[in-house]
Amino acid sequence: MALEAGMFTVNQTIGSVLCCKCGILMQPNPANMCTKCLRSEVDITEGLQKHVVIVHCPECDSYLQPPRTWIKAQLESKELLTFCVKRLKNLNKVRLVHAEFIWTEPHSKRIKVKLTVQKEVLNRAILEQSYVVEYVVHEQMCESCTRVQANPDQWVAAVQLRQHVSHRRTFFYLEQLILKHDAAARCIRIKQMDQGIDFFFSNRSHAVKFVEFLGKVAPVRYRNDKQLVSHDPKSNNYNYKYTFSVEICPICREDLICLPPKVAVSLGNLGPLVICTKISNSIALMDPFTLRHCFLDADQYWRASFKSLLSSRQLVEYIVLDVEPVSSEVVVGGSRYVLADAQVARVSDFGKNDTIFSVRTHLGHLLSPGDNALGYDLYAANSNDIELDKYKGLVLPEVVLIKKSYEEKRQKKRGKPRAWKLKSLDMEVDNTAKGRDHEEKVNSEYEQFLRDLEENPELRFNVSLYRNKEYQPSEMASVTDGEEVPSVPLEELLADLELSDVEVDDDGMME
Amino acid sequence: MATRLQFENSCEVGVFSKLTNAYCLVAIGGSENFYSTFEAELADVIPVVKTAIGGTRIIGRLCAGNKNGLLLPHTTTDQELQHLRNSLPDSVVVQRIDERLSALGNCIACNDHVALTHTDLDRETEEMIADVLGVEVFRQTIAGNILVGSYCAFSNRGGLVHPHTSIEDLDELSTLLQVPLVAGTVNRGSEVIAAGLTVNDWTAFCGSDTTATELSVIESVFKLREAQPSAIVDEMRKSLIDSYV
Repeated sequence: MALEAGMFTVNQTIGSVLCCKCGILMQPNPANMCTKCLRSEVDITEGLQKHVVIVHCPECDSYLQPPRTWIKAQLESKELLTFCVKRLKNLNKVRLVHAEFIWTEPHSKRIKVKLTVQKEVLNRAILEQSYVVEYVVHEQMCESCTRVQANPDQWVAAVQLRQHVSHRRTFFYLEQLILKHDAAARCIRIKQMDQGIDFFFSNRSHAVKFVEFLGKVAPVRYRNDKQLVSHDPKSNNYNYKYTFSVEICPICREDLICLPPKVAVSLGNLGPLVICTKISNSIALMDPFTLRHCFLDADQYWRASFKSLLSSRQLVEYIVLDVEPVSSEVVVGGSRYVLADAQVARVSDFGKNDTIFSVRTHLGHLLSPGDNALGYDLYAANSNDIELDKYKGLVLPEVVLIKKSYEEKRQKKRGKPRAWKLKSLDMEVDNTAKGRDHEEKVNSEYEQFLRDLEENPELRFNVSLYRNKEYQPSEMASVTDGEEVPSVPLEELLADLELSDVEVDDDGMME
Repeated sequence: MATRLQFENSCEVGVFSKLTNAYCLVAIGGSENFYSTFEAELADVIPVVKTAIGGTRIIGRLCAGNKNGLLLPHTTTDQELQHLRNSLPDSVVVQRIDERLSALGNCIACNDHVALTHTDLDRETEEMIADVLGVEVFRQTIAGNILVGSYCAFSNRGGLVHPHTSIEDLDELSTLLQVPLVAGTVNRGSEVIAAGLTVNDWTAFCGSDTTATELSVIESVFKLREAQPSAIVDEMRKSLIDSYV
């Protein structure tokens, strides 16, 4: 053997020997026995379980992993295989190489798994063997299913959401938010109540999570209580019903508020009359005459709570006769405003008498002569607000304009379906003891809410809009002059989710 | 003929005995069964000597010898050396050697003409082997193992080696030793051939775990079926008779 650059190695051919038991020619292995003889000598599956009992809940199709966990798994699935293998004891003595199901009749209550194991025997020879384990399935209802069966209305935690105002705009908006973030996924029941909604959960932690979610999207305060349902003295287990009472602050968007003196001072002498521009988990207030704005946290609000002076129900329509910008465009809290002096007259007055009001408004960027605007009529209003009385010598403006009105243009589109639609939560509505008027009121409020969505892109930010399949763009749409009624641009619409188990892509404009 | 036996319930008979064409050494066991089996087979032909080496019973692995001589490790006591010198025939040279690797039985495998040794053996020891045993010495490995004395057993007729020996190695060894070789096992698949088997030109002794297949391999490669001790010993006797009138 010459040692060159690489070592010269002789080609080694393995010879064959006779199996020491049966004498057939074979390749030498550590045991020096052919596999058949080895297998007859040694059974590596000795001492391993071949029959196991597992417990299955027929209601929720889950299997019991003692002592208490229930694992949901389909027949012949990966989870079931893992579960079955875990239930075998003594499997750490051999090495598991492969496991698979053998088909059994679904209602035979037997599951068969074929396992291939390896173990070292005799002289460091590794032997591989397959064997079948049979699982007998016993049916037993799991605890949660028994509880549901016993009393289907059983709830453990309830969240009572209330807002003490006369309209339901907030709840429409919240409903969309909840749908978008899927916050009510764990809810077992939702019930619509007077001035609020009740949510029922089967677990306290779900309710807590929901309350935290609410705290992030609206300025709320809450308290919680519990009520003893049952008590096991031997093991000291107590079962309670938990209730969370959540109250949303009564200030809404577009409300006119007169701040109490203390609050006004703490906010830097913000003029006592302010408009609420945005509600998220804090309240954004803006003085329409000076374009100053500030934010109130939920905590801050509830420390010194106040009510609004006038709310959107009391909006009156005005015609704008003249607009004179006073200042340049200012960006206040993310939106653009221009301070302007405007001459307006009430639509009800227009043409009948000459009552014209000169007012200062923050909507200089939107309004032009001939437009309609909505605002609060303080000239004719009779408010008996305590806070207002505290200000001695306060000169109230006659009109506070809030937003531009598209009422006329909406007249043209009345009755035509929109290109988009919203989903709604599955709520129980208690319809007794309420007349037809109530229904009409609710419908008109909903319509108003939809219009709000159309007009405000920032409101749409948190809401999922779906394409309405029934909508066909009519030919009339092309024959419009001048300004369009604000509508939702098509790019923002999501394809409608089908209510089947087939998943559909939700983003963009996929059909 | 190959015989199956046990030494005190152990099947490793090659550890407790040393068999050559001129003599046989056995270890001192609790019962006389081991010794009596050897005696029954060999007593008329060659002397069977009970001994210990260095106070131990693993004599088969500590000494190496053939019909010409016997090599003992440095651990052998003087009494044992004297005892062996007295018991063995005069033609056999008994020599104690000073070697770091004292398990000579594991390091040296020999028959009457050729010896295979551990690769790390001293040069003087090699000369001693050539001198005392009257053999040609080759340093070799068997299936990658350096303990050649453990993993092969050969006589003047044939030899059995470790089962994992490759065909090229087998050919090479066969050329060196000038005897047919076969790779096989002993004692139900054990690879340590020389521990489970002790052999000379006409007989072999193996552990009782040896299967019938292994036994047939042994008998065929060492050509034990037709072998009669008398043929060989007759030659010896002729030379012996010559000496006295």
